[in-house]
Amino acid sequence: MDAHVIKKDFPILKDKTLVYLDTSASSLKPNNVIDKINEYYKEYGVNVHRGVYNLSYVATSKYEKAREKIASFINAEFEEIVFTRGASSALNLVASSYGLTNLSADDEIIVSELEHHSSVLPWQNVSKITGAKLVYVPLNKAGRITVENFKKVLTIHTKVVALTYISNVMGYITPIKEIIKLAHEKGAIVCVDAAQAAPHKTIDVKEIDCDFLAFSGHKMCGPTGIGVLYGKPDLLAQMPPIEFGGDMIDTVEKEHATWKDSPYKFETGTPPIAEAIGLGAAVDYLDNIGLKTITDHEKKLSAYTIDKMKEIEDIEIYNPNTDTGIITFNIKGVHPHDAITYFDGDNISMRAGHHCAQLLIKWLKVPATLRISFYLYNTVEDADKFIKSLKNARDFFKEVGF
Amino acid sequence: MDKLERLYRQVIMEHYKNPRNKGLKNKDGYHKVHIKNPSCGDDITVETKVEDGIVKEVNHEGSGCSICCSSASVMSETLKNKPVEKALQIKDEYLKMLMDKDRDETVELEDAIAYVGVKKFPARIKCASIAWKAFERAIKESE
Ligand SMILES: Cc1ncc(COP(=O)(O)O)c(C=O)c1O
Repeated sequence: MDAHVIKKDFPILKDKTLVYLDTSASSLKPNNVIDKINEYYKEYGVNVHRGVYNLSYVATSKYEKAREKIASFINAEFEEIVFTRGASSALNLVASSYGLTNLSADDEIIVSELEHHSSVLPWQNVSKITGAKLVYVPLNKAGRITVENFKKVLTIHTKVVALTYISNVMGYITPIKEIIKLAHEKGAIVCVDAAQAAPHKTIDVKEIDCDFLAFSGHKMCGPTGIGVLYGKPDLLAQMPPIEFGGDMIDTVEKEHATWKDSPYKFETGTPPIAEAIGLGAAVDYLDNIGLKTITDHEKKLSAYTIDKMKEIEDIEIYNPNTDTGIITFNIKGVHPHDAITYFDGDNISMRAGHHCAQLLIKWLKVPATLRISFYLYNTVEDADKFIKSLKNARDFFKEVGF
Repeated sequence: MDKLERLYRQVIMEHYKNPRNKGLKNKDGYHKVHIKNPSCGDDITVETKVEDGIVKEVNHEGSGCSICCSSASVMSETLKNKPVEKALQIKDEYLKMLMDKDRDETVELEDAIAYVGVKKFPARIKCASIAWKAFERAIKESE
C-alpha cells in the first residue's frame, strides 16, 4: 500500500497543505463511499421494507446487502448485525435493554477508566437504576487494562463486562479475548466498544467470542449517523426493544403488540439508508486494502513519530508504547488549547481536550491533552510536517513567555 | 504566525502570568457564577459585588488556556469600579468585537481591545468570551 496513492481517493486531501491527524475523532471519506451515497439519492432514494414496487425493492436489497458485508467484515452472521446511529447508541442499546432487564442490586458491572464516556455512562445509568455496582479494573502503570488486573475484580457477582477494545486516548489494545474467556467462566457477558478497533484492525467476533460489540461508520471511512451493534443471537432474541414504532412490529392490537425478530425489532422508523449503504462501501474499501496492511502502516508511522518527538525537549508523551496510530501528549507548560491554535495555523488538524474520556484524563492528572492519530492516508511527510510544527510551536510558546 | 504572535505578545501573556483580581471572596453581598466549557475543560468562576449601581468588585478563579484565564483577568480589571450600565455596555461591545460584528467604536474597551485578534481564530472565540459571559450572568442574577 502506498499512502501517497491512497490520498487521491480522499477529496478533502486535494488540499495538499492539509495534514489530517484526527481520524480517531472521525476519518475522512473516500470517493467510493461518497459516490455510493449519491447513487442512493440519485437512483433509488426511497424507503426500505415498505414499498412493494421495484424501486423500494432495489433500495431494500442494497440496504440489506450492506448488512451482509458488515457481518462478514467482523465474521458475524447477517441477523447478528443491528444498525444504529453510531457506537454510542449501540452501547446504550445494550445497557438499556440487556442491562436494565437482567441486572439487580447484587450484581457487578466491570468497566475501566480507559472507557470513552459512551462505554461507561450507559452502565452508570444502569447501576443507578438497578443498584448493580460499578467496578473499575485498576489500570497498570502505563494505563493499560491487563488480564492480571482484570482477574482481581472479576467475581461470581460480575454480570456484565463493558470494556474498550482500543483506547481512543492511549491507543492500547485490550487483551479482550483472554478477558472474555475469563468472564464467561464466571457467567458474565462482555460488551466490547470497538469504535477505535473496527477501522484499524481485523475483528473476528467468533474468535474473541464477545457477546456484544459496537462501532461507528464515520471513523472507518463511512458516513456519520450509522453504527453497528453485533450481538449473539440468543441474547438479542431475549432482549426487549427500547424504541417502538413502525417497521419493528409483527402484529399490533389495541392493548398489545408483538415484534419482529432481531435485528429488526431494534430498528424502528426509517433507518439511515444511504448511510448504511455508504458504510457497506467503506467496508469494501477497507477490505480491498486489507486491515492488516492498515494496522502495520499506522504502527510504523507512530513509532517513527514517537522517536522524533522524544528528541524534542519539553514534550510529554503519555503513551510512548502505543499499540496503534494514536499518540497522546502535551507541550510542557502550554495548555493544549493554546497549542492547537498553533498547529491549526500550519493546517494540521488534531485534537485537544479530554477526548470524551474524562476518567482517563483524571487518571493522567492533567487538565487536557493533545492527540494525533494516523490512518491509511497519512504519509511519512505528514509525520515530518507535524514534527516540524511541534518544534516551532514549542519554540514559539517559550518565546512569548509560557 | 504573525497574527498569532501579536495576539499573544500584547496584554495576554502579562495577564496570564500575573492575573489581577484572582481568588474568590465567597462572602455575603457577592454573586458567583460558574461556567464550564466541557469540550476543552475551561472552567471559570466569576464573582461580582455591586453597590449603589457600581461594580465594586469582580473576582475570578479557575483554570484553562491562556486566552481564557487572561481574559478573565482583563475583564475584571476593565469592569471593576464601572457603573453597572457602563460595564454591561463594554461587555456587549467586547463580545461584538470577538464575533466581528459592527460595534460602537466610541465605547472604550481599554486593555480588552487586545483580544481583537481572536476573531481571526474562530475556534478560540469561546475561550475569550467565557469569563465575560459569566460576568453578565452574575450581574443579571444579582439584580
Ligand atoms: C472508543 C470510542 N468509543 C465510542 C465512541 C463513540 O462513537 P460515536 O460518537 O460515533 O457514537 C468513540 C468516538 O469518539 C470512541 O473513540
